Amino acid sequence: MATSDAAPAIRAQALKKQFGAVVAVDGLDLSVRRGEVYGFLGPNGSGKSTTIRMLCGLLLPSGGEIDVLGYRIPKEAEALKRRIGYMTQRFALYEDLTVAENLSFLAAVHELSRAVAKARIDEALERYWLGNLRNQLAGAMSGGEKQRLALAGTLLHRPDLLFLDEPTSAVDPQSRREFWDSLFELADGGTTLLVSTHYMDEAERCTRLAILDHGRIVADGSPQDLIAALPGRTLLVNGPRPREAQRVLVDAEGVIALAQIGASLRVLGSAHADLEATLAAKLASARVDAEVRATAPNLEDVFVAATRKQLRPRPPA
Amino acid sequence: MNLRRLGSIVLKELRQLRRDRLTSAMIVGIPSMQLVLFGYAINMDVRHLDGAVLDEAATARSRELIQQIVATEVIDVDYVASSAQEVDALLRAGRISAALVVPPDFESRMENRERPALQIIVDGSDQVIQQAARQLASFPVYDAIGWTQRTAPIEVVNFYNPERRAPVNTVPGLIGVILTMTMVIFTALALVRERERGNLEMLIATPVSPWELTIGKVLPFVAIGLVQVTIVLLLGELLFNVPIRGSLLDLYLAALAFIVATLSLGILISTLAKSQFQAMQMGFFSLLPQILLSGFMFPYAGMPVAAQWLAEILPLTHFLRLVRGIMLRGAGLAELWPPLTALGVFIVVALTLAVARVHKRLD
Repeated sequence: MATSDAAPAIRAQALKKQFGAVVAVDGLDLSVRRGEVYGFLGPNGSGKSTTIRMLCGLLLPSGGEIDVLGYRIPKEAEALKRRIGYMTQRFALYEDLTVAENLSFLAAVHELSRAVAKARIDEALERYWLGNLRNQLAGAMSGGEKQRLALAGTLLHRPDLLFLDEPTSAVDPQSRREFWDSLFELADGGTTLLVSTHYMDEAERCTRLAILDHGRIVADGSPQDLIAALPGRTLLVNGPRPREAQRVLVDAEGVIALAQIGASLRVLGSAHADLEATLAAKLASARVDAEVRATAPNLEDVFVAATRKQLRPRPPA
Repeated sequence: MNLRRLGSIVLKELRQLRRDRLTSAMIVGIPSMQLVLFGYAINMDVRHLDGAVLDEAATARSRELIQQIVATEVIDVDYVASSAQEVDALLRAGRISAALVVPPDFESRMENRERPALQIIVDGSDQVIQQAARQLASFPVYDAIGWTQRTAPIEVVNFYNPERRAPVNTVPGLIGVILTMTMVIFTALALVRERERGNLEMLIATPVSPWELTIGKVLPFVAIGLVQVTIVLLLGELLFNVPIRGSLLDLYLAALAFIVATLSLGILISTLAKSQFQAMQMGFFSLLPQILLSGFMFPYAGMPVAAQWLAEILPLTHFLRLVRGIMLRGAGLAELWPPLTALGVFIVVALTLAVARVHKRLD
């Protein structure tokens, strides 16, 4: 077991997964350092869950190499399972068991002694505000409570590496923020986290992230680096009739993507310096009253630009 | 295999079972209901069968005997036939279920007592009616006339079903049928349900082993199966006076072997099925040949060779041999080693196949 601190927690090379004719993961290279909060950002069907499942040893890769915490996967998956936590996309604990019953079941599954189990369960109930829900059936709890229970259960055996597959998809915004605070607490304690999401604000909080599209990583780096490296420019079109402006600009040269944000129109365009002027002229000639100005790019622009590039060369099906 | 982990799975199953009211009710409800339904349908005291009388002797004594038999109210005389052909026609048309036939040489038969004095012809296509006929067959003809009995005075001619079966034969078999039904259905759902609810994906990402998972799911139902055996035995004794001639311990050991065999089949189905619905279908599909071919419904000896081979694979066939041997013939387990060994082989094969199919992977 070669697990020096310098070695990455997760390393995957040319990872591939095919389900019949469908290629879910297509030559993915990944390196996650220890102690990172690494994000997987991507639309549904981009291969996030499939990749996580292969990294945990739950799916056999069709090709490529995986090394997680020094274990060769899938060969040494059983040994790895003692050191990771995996929080599935769907609530996977037993809805017909109480909070305490679920936790003591998981503690026993991970071979914790009764004394250790009791201490850790009490601590988890306190830390994740589940103390007064101890005897509540899991099925009768809210989305946020279930999420906290699932996290508490995943952490009982103190895993070194935590996989979280869209952990906040069924949770309200307040619970989401609290949940992410808990994740950073874990990262501070030295746990490595790999989190998949399709929320931009969550992706922005990761120390590093990969944008997945059609089973490939189309961009990766820290959120700041990704934004700084955005090849195009972002413009804001302000006017009384944003929908008309959108109609005029949708096929204009240099425009990669358009989205209406409130009363204004957000334009992701090519890197031309005179893009503002071109678009303003186009709007004027169509008699649409609007003002065009540059704005600071954000992660969503990066996401749109990265996933667009992939879409363009594909022949229409 | 880690005992703490195994224990935690058993405990978890029991807790879930306790909260599943429908299943809990089924554990007690199915055996009680089935025993009462089957038991009474088969063992019912039949009265007022539609019947006919053909008195070819027409003597004072024959008329007196017919009077006395009719007085038992088992047969009503709806028709007075004048020929055997008429009786035959009435029976075939389903207008009567039984006929009393007094032969022309009734008087001399009563004197010689070498051949039965009269016949009751019954519609053997109906088991219940056979039962009634058997009641009549024990009617003390000679006592009624004032003589003591030497040979059977009444001969039952079973028209459509030559094989007669006693109700005591049915109740022991019913233990097997009830266990097959409940055990297979309960466990067939066990793993599929976890997969459908998403629990399995969480579970296989932990160090739990396929053996722990399989055995942990089977064990609680072993106890439940033994509870069901007890219910059937108690009700069988209370309601139908079914005897247990062999040792009770042997009976429970045989039941234990059969329960584990049936649970192994159920868990195997659970690893094959893709959904709970499919598991139910496969469960019922496995039930039908067991009920039909095991010898519960039809005698094993009468089946074609191919069906007998198939029957040899089914656990219920072997359990019926065990349970009938122990309960009715008073045999011991040592004498009954062949069916017991067959159950053992079935358990090893089914359980190994099931565990081999419990992957700790999703694909």
